[in-house]
Amino acid sequence: MAKGSSTGKTLTVAFLLCIVCSVVVSAAAVMLRPVQTENRELNVKENILMAAGMIEAGSSKDEVETSFASITPKLIELETGRFVEPSEIGLKNIEEFQQQKVATREGTSYTLSQAEDIAGLGRVEKYAKVYLASENGEVSRVIVPVRGYGLWSTLYGFMALEQDANTIAGFGFYEHGETPGLGGEVDNPNWKAQWSGKKVYGDDGDVAIRLIKGGVNPSAPNAKHHVDSLSGATLTSRGIENLIQYWLGEQGLKPFLERIKNGEIRNV
Amino acid sequence: MSKNRVAEIVFDPIFNNNPIALQILGICSALAVTTSLQLSLVMGVAVMLVTACSSALISVIRSQIPSSIRIIVQMTIIASLVIVVDQLLKAYAYDMSKQLSVFVGLIITNCIVMGRAEAYAMQNGPVLSFLDGIGNGLGYAVLLIFVAFFRELLGAGKLFGIEILPLQANGGWYLPNGLLLLPPSAFFIIGLAIWALRSWKIEQVEPKDYKLAPHRVREAF
Repeated sequence: MAKGSSTGKTLTVAFLLCIVCSVVVSAAAVMLRPVQTENRELNVKENILMAAGMIEAGSSKDEVETSFASITPKLIELETGRFVEPSEIGLKNIEEFQQQKVATREGTSYTLSQAEDIAGLGRVEKYAKVYLASENGEVSRVIVPVRGYGLWSTLYGFMALEQDANTIAGFGFYEHGETPGLGGEVDNPNWKAQWSGKKVYGDDGDVAIRLIKGGVNPSAPNAKHHVDSLSGATLTSRGIENLIQYWLGEQGLKPFLERIKNGEIRNV
Repeated sequence: MSKNRVAEIVFDPIFNNNPIALQILGICSALAVTTSLQLSLVMGVAVMLVTACSSALISVIRSQIPSSIRIIVQMTIIASLVIVVDQLLKAYAYDMSKQLSVFVGLIITNCIVMGRAEAYAMQNGPVLSFLDGIGNGLGYAVLLIFVAFFRELLGAGKLFGIEILPLQANGGWYLPNGLLLLPPSAFFIIGLAIWALRSWKIEQVEPKDYKLAPHRVREAF
């Protein structure tokens, strides 16, 4: 055996290296977490506002905070669509609501069967946090969270709907790990711009949104439900279609959106 | 250590021994992130830092690394550094890190980093290894920026996100070529860059590993 490669030494070097590296990595992760969390929260607010068309891309931190003041977050129960108080699900305030935690905790979540799980979610929450944008005390837009699996990653986004709870006002993802240049084009402003004005529900009341290959024909009878799919990103596009299908469907936010549509929720 | 030697280590990988153009390493990420100059720049700097620091660290402990586990040791050091870089980007350049997404993490598998650790840092001192890492990262970054210049200009009509060629969509005359935003176009540009580089520096042309056999059979007239 060559010099310096006895088993004992090999193990010692491997052990020491692992200790040093893990300390470095965890130190970086722990020390940078506050800054990262702040970035992420600001990014979520920015995306809520951008989905609602209330700010432009690249707005400053102050602009985001000011615009966000006119938005009211609310907790709802997905099954019935009624508002719930944070205390009902054991939270002190609405800021404490973390989708990931609620979606995994016993009592506030349930596991989807394979047939139900079209968006690749596994376990989902029974409660959701939605945002109501108001003008002169009246609800002008409702912004709902959506998520689902694309090709590599879960895409997290917001969809803003007009007062009729059917017309899309804006749509965008704030977190995903899709291939840059292909599936990553979900962030392309031109692609996102197509969504506004589209109708979510067909005449039968089911989600009718489809991502169409080869461009949308504006004279097609269902053009108001059709959006261009992303070139070179079939699985990402399919994932987006499925996640809309799920989140705006019966198991998702439809009961709540029905209440908006019927005018049960007018004032904030 | 003479000044010339330092200059040679740092600047040689840019044209004379470019990791992408001559060693043909790190092509994967070069295809993926070169859609815009800004991304390429950040990616280039990230790779440069990781290569330099990992080479220096590996060089410091090179005499202690048992040869049976040296690859794993190198990988562990590289992976830790990449995670640190990724965390830093998430904290201080959030938009960039969102766009680079998985590719920062994939620096771990970038052959350039590993290649320099194994080929250079295991034999040389930490300072030289650090400079060698800077040099190779620089060579990578230069080629990335070269490719991104053409892709962003012709694919999106922009440079650093600023519109240079007025787009038809905004009332100008330029119709962007969408192919340049797709990864295959980087193959063409890298290929052309290698051709240009080897026409200029003939010594980089590799000898053919085949020989054309002479035509022996006389054909009937």
